Amino acid sequence: MAKDIFYQTIAELSAALEAKQLSSVELTRAVIERTKAVEPRVQAFNSFDEADALAQAAASDARRAAGEARGPLDGIPIALKDVIAVKDQPLTASSKMLANFVSPYDATVTQKLKHAGAVLWGRLNLDEFAMGSSTENSATHPTHNPWDLTRVPGGSSGGSAAALAAGEAIATLGSDTGGSIRQPAALCGVVGLKPTYGLVSRYGLIAFASSLDQIGPFSRTVEDAAIVLGAIAGHDERDSTSFKTEIPDYRAALTPKRGPWKIGIPKEYFGEGLDPEVGAAVEKAVAHYRSLGCEIKEVSLPHTQYCLDTYYVIATAEASSNLARYDGVRYGHRSANAKDIVDLYYQSRAEGFGQEVKRRIILGTYVLSSGYYDAYYLRAQKVRTLIRQDFLNAYKEVDALLTPTSPVPAFKLGEKSDPLALYLCDIYTIGVNLAGLPGISVPCGFTAAGLPIGLQLIGEPFGEADLLAIAAAYERAHDWSKRTPLL
Amino acid sequence: MSQPAALNIDHVAKLARIALTPEEKTRFSAQLGDVLHHIEQLSKVDVSGVEPTAHAFPVVNVWADDVARPGLPVADALRNAPAQRDNMIVVPKVVE
Repeated sequence: MAKDIFYQTIAELSAALEAKQLSSVELTRAVIERTKAVEPRVQAFNSFDEADALAQAAASDARRAAGEARGPLDGIPIALKDVIAVKDQPLTASSKMLANFVSPYDATVTQKLKHAGAVLWGRLNLDEFAMGSSTENSATHPTHNPWDLTRVPGGSSGGSAAALAAGEAIATLGSDTGGSIRQPAALCGVVGLKPTYGLVSRYGLIAFASSLDQIGPFSRTVEDAAIVLGAIAGHDERDSTSFKTEIPDYRAALTPKRGPWKIGIPKEYFGEGLDPEVGAAVEKAVAHYRSLGCEIKEVSLPHTQYCLDTYYVIATAEASSNLARYDGVRYGHRSANAKDIVDLYYQSRAEGFGQEVKRRIILGTYVLSSGYYDAYYLRAQKVRTLIRQDFLNAYKEVDALLTPTSPVPAFKLGEKSDPLALYLCDIYTIGVNLAGLPGISVPCGFTAAGLPIGLQLIGEPFGEADLLAIAAAYERAHDWSKRTPLL
Repeated sequence: MSQPAALNIDHVAKLARIALTPEEKTRFSAQLGDVLHHIEQLSKVDVSGVEPTAHAFPVVNVWADDVARPGLPVADALRNAPAQRDNMIVVPKVVE
């Protein structure tokens, strides 16, 4: 039986659009109908605008009819995490603070997708202000994992992962500060790529931790990730941390003329806390690379045990600073119960932020406060140097590192109520953010209970072309991405 | 950092300008105490002579050409303002 249209890849659909076997309006309508059918159970979206999407699709079809199609994304419905600005559309960060906010401008990635002709479709749910690993911290509603609706999709980009896995978009964008793309991709059985820090502009992304945040794609295949990355990467003068670097043709780099590669297995990533089924699936992936002639080498990242603490100092410190802007004055929630201007700040923030956001602002404020700055923040920045050096040392010996993405498959909604237990979900992903490296999660199997498992490949700085090629070499021999959840 | 510092929740909440309920104060104190206890292990790392990392790939001396470009129109900039009058944002009285 042919695959449902909403479960096809960008590569397949763009070929069908090119051959005029399909119109963007037909495709977009199919995605809309699918969304309406499954969304009551999955709840991946915060909002969507059917008329707007269909108008974009009609414009794409008109371009194509005029011989002015703009490439592989023209006419493809792509939904965005609700922290990425789209002019005249809601932008809520899944927070009461921004419940009524309408974006006055486009993020750079939004402009780039529009320029590529993509049909921008819907705002996707997340943990409030991207703080969490389960999407249960959303102020509006939790999102459900399409593979088991009683389980979480991961987070913070849980809506982005779940919508794609449920066929509610052809690709999605998320943001990744400590694993927020890769972990939900693993838990929902899709590909998720966090680019090198500085490769993709953060202009128009609601800031969580500015030295760690990156926008990246969710897709069904590595090839699709290469297509979307090629469209959104590149220097942007509106993001002063954006890097001036040549953007290669990532899709062309996938053809298997390179390799075999040297692949490092960091021993610290296979210890206590790793679910045995996840470990076994990742070991099988290692064996596959060995069968391809790759040299597999055990390496050590000796400061791994300090990643979590370093991350929670740096990320909360930056968050406390970034979220100081939400004061009830210029935009966002304003308390109706304030006695004076200072009380307006206190009350608006008390009413507008949820529990996890408040907790992180308090922690971040504390580690930056007078008397504690050197002991916590400055020390964490120094440990960050050591963590980064560990990775760079490893790349003297190997081309990429291979690890599990998440220590566990999708857990039950409500299962992890203790903040520290949830923070531990990110232990394999946060080092990559601290070091600024590119990382990709690729489906590598299912548990006996039918839950997806992801493997993580970590590349050298700005080495996305190699990283995607290494990931594609695994994916080519496996068909995990062809499985779809029963919904 | 050898001495685990107690987090003075009232002081920190004031610095952060967030009004916390008594329940939140109790809960956050306990939860953040656990997190801070975990973070204490950073004190075991020898960081002598190590430079801090603020950004993984620091970009310095970022200049833009000094060219005037249109900014956000006033109506767009004020679109999300909670209260406005005469192209200005209205706030509670600041001076007596």
